[in-house]
Amino acid sequence: MAAKAFDEMNSGADGAVRMPYRGVADWLARTSPERIAATRHEVDLFYRRHGITFGAYGATDGHEATIPFDIIPRVIAWDEWQYMQKGLAQRVKALNAFLADAYGKREICRAGVIPEEQLLLNAEFVAMAQGLELPGGVHAHIAGIDLVRVGEKDFYVLEDNVRTPSGVSYVLENREVMMRLAPELFSAMSVLPVADYTEELLATLRSVSFSDDVEPNVVLLTPGHYNSAYFEHAFLADEMGIELVKGSDLFVDESRVFMRTPRGPQRVDVIYRRVDDAFLDPLAMRPDSFLGVAGLLGALRAGRVNIVNALGNGVADDKSTYMYVPEMIRFYLSEEPILQNVPTWRCDRADDYKYVLEHLSEIVVKEIHGAGGKGMLVGPTSSKAEIEEFRMLLKARPDNYIAQPTLALSTCPTFVAQGVAPRHVDLRPFVLSGRKITIVPGGLTRVALKEGSLVVNSSQGGGTKDTWVLAPDTPAGE
Amino acid sequence: MLSSTAKNLYWMGRYLQRAKSTARLIEATQRMALQSRGEEAAGAAAIFGMEDEFRQSQRQGGRLASLIDFLVIDENNPSSIVNSIGAARRNAREERNNITVDVWESLNALWLELSGRLRGNRATLDRGALIESVKKQAVMIFGAAQVTLLRDEANSFLQLGSFLERADNTGRILDVKFHLLRPDGNPSAEGLDYFAWSELLACVGAVRTYRRIYRSSLQPMKIAELMMLRRDVPRSVHHCLWQVDLNMRELAEAYGMHGEADRLAGELHARLRYARIDQVFEVGLAKFLGTLRGDISTLSDEIGRQFLLD
Repeated sequence: MAAKAFDEMNSGADGAVRMPYRGVADWLARTSPERIAATRHEVDLFYRRHGITFGAYGATDGHEATIPFDIIPRVIAWDEWQYMQKGLAQRVKALNAFLADAYGKREICRAGVIPEEQLLLNAEFVAMAQGLELPGGVHAHIAGIDLVRVGEKDFYVLEDNVRTPSGVSYVLENREVMMRLAPELFSAMSVLPVADYTEELLATLRSVSFSDDVEPNVVLLTPGHYNSAYFEHAFLADEMGIELVKGSDLFVDESRVFMRTPRGPQRVDVIYRRVDDAFLDPLAMRPDSFLGVAGLLGALRAGRVNIVNALGNGVADDKSTYMYVPEMIRFYLSEEPILQNVPTWRCDRADDYKYVLEHLSEIVVKEIHGAGGKGMLVGPTSSKAEIEEFRMLLKARPDNYIAQPTLALSTCPTFVAQGVAPRHVDLRPFVLSGRKITIVPGGLTRVALKEGSLVVNSSQGGGTKDTWVLAPDTPAGE
Repeated sequence: MLSSTAKNLYWMGRYLQRAKSTARLIEATQRMALQSRGEEAAGAAAIFGMEDEFRQSQRQGGRLASLIDFLVIDENNPSSIVNSIGAARRNAREERNNITVDVWESLNALWLELSGRLRGNRATLDRGALIESVKKQAVMIFGAAQVTLLRDEANSFLQLGSFLERADNTGRILDVKFHLLRPDGNPSAEGLDYFAWSELLACVGAVRTYRRIYRSSLQPMKIAELMMLRRDVPRSVHHCLWQVDLNMRELAEAYGMHGEADRLAGELHARLRYARIDQVFEVGLAKFLGTLRGDISTLSDEIGRQFLLD
């Protein structure tokens, strides 16, 4: 394990409680463990009753799992948030400029900043998306940027998610739960609200319609209830008051998209899709897909329907493109990046590869197209056998991996079986880009519930916390 | 609202009603078997139009017991109670955000209970208790829909499905059982098997209702009138088609779309409303019901066509 992690509550000067956490520390000191345990039990019941579940693919009917929720909130001070917010907006602006360029003139390649093969040979590059003029030039309308903290002032971007990032329903539900179960703590601090996310999301989606209608018809396209994020799809559609559709509910006629309703066909202007690129249109992409709509890409190219997020965004957020993001910011915005990247070694480069092989037990190795915490090696917490096994995988396909130093992710007090103990966390804020950029304060805090673990993914035993951004002039904890 | 939502709610109503009707029919058939020694099993199978399937799947041993298994738990019978509840739950699950928590939870609870019972030993499975639960819970689910659902198009489709199914079920029971008891179709011949005729009423839960309405001994013609033409009997064909017509009119008006489905619903309603039972028997009950059931099935197809459910 790397150096001792920064604890967001207890790493104040001389081991004092840090300012933003004063209210939480008081609350923890005042509240008996029994009361906290009882509250935790109520949370479980709440989540089950409301069917807020995260079913992995193939889970049998009626036995969906819920993601563990930790009732101790993660607190972010206003000035910390302002800094993050600026950095996030800057980064997403650059990613959008890059995507427009990547599917346009590719000036960044001509300028020699990013090699063209990095784009064209990327498995996520969608040739059919080239030359499209999207409304507002926006490609990544909804971005989830994973941030980690390693010190008082040190934040890193761990990865960008600009395809179909999920998790925002937990941000909203966690807040509901906290307000209900710990009102005394909530009212002792001045927490910025998050409930307007769905309102902002709908406004963003409407703002990127090709048509000039005042109220463009927006729908949410889901793969269906076997998808692990189906709860979120239904939740968001419900909150926005838009239709939750499957591919079979839509059809294309003369390059326009319609949904089937008992009233007859209704035109669709914007599709917030939570279906992966490859499944969107069986005529253009995978012919065996039952999740998409035949002719959808034709309608997109004809400028009749906008698809959100845009096709082919994978070229901007895979782990090999990641290392170019600071360069993108300099190239497109002529600014210095506010948020730092984690230094990254590419295993398809001889020097890097050699270094990685020699330091496997100290670093983190990830698959370039991997997701969900799978296909990765966390050297310091892995056994010799696991490392050797991974070495074989790596040697078989070096070009499939990147590596990064093991970061000592910050910890937050978390309620575990033994009581309250520090656990590692990350943060996924959601950035909305339409005609303007909107970020609701906070985001999804994921916490690794296993002691010492650095993997926060819910499919790997991670939990979530409510994330509290404190209002500007609050003396925290009063 | 999407067509797929309308379709799911329509079929949820149909399947749930089907399970409930089947449960009631089995109970009546069982009671009948205890009191006389008729060919109950095959007769009940005929109501579902499944004599052949029943004979094929017939196992050794008690004929009635194997029929009951066929109607209650047989996975190969698409209309068995367990399959119907499973189908209703699948429809509901896809529309979680279009129905209330109360409706979903009561249906899901029934499904979980049934799957729990089926996981145990089949030999010791308490069929009676299972049937009882289905009857009780189905009433709870429809009750939850009645008191919690927004009275919108989605609700109209749910009602449409459940009343159309119920009209068909009652028509079918009357058709088959009447024919078994009076193959010549004559309602006023001498000699009446009291138990057999009261069982027919029990299939639609109307033994006491008959007494209240007619205050007389059981007469085949009155039984037929009660099951078909009385608007105040909630399981009568007339009552169900009246409700179908009401819901169809609401939908057609809401959408400003008139077509064959709402025309036919109106026609069927009028046919039952203005029919006289003596005239029905002049034509012949079997013929009248045969045409009616054919028209109900056409109506179901037309609903699909008019509202793009297919």
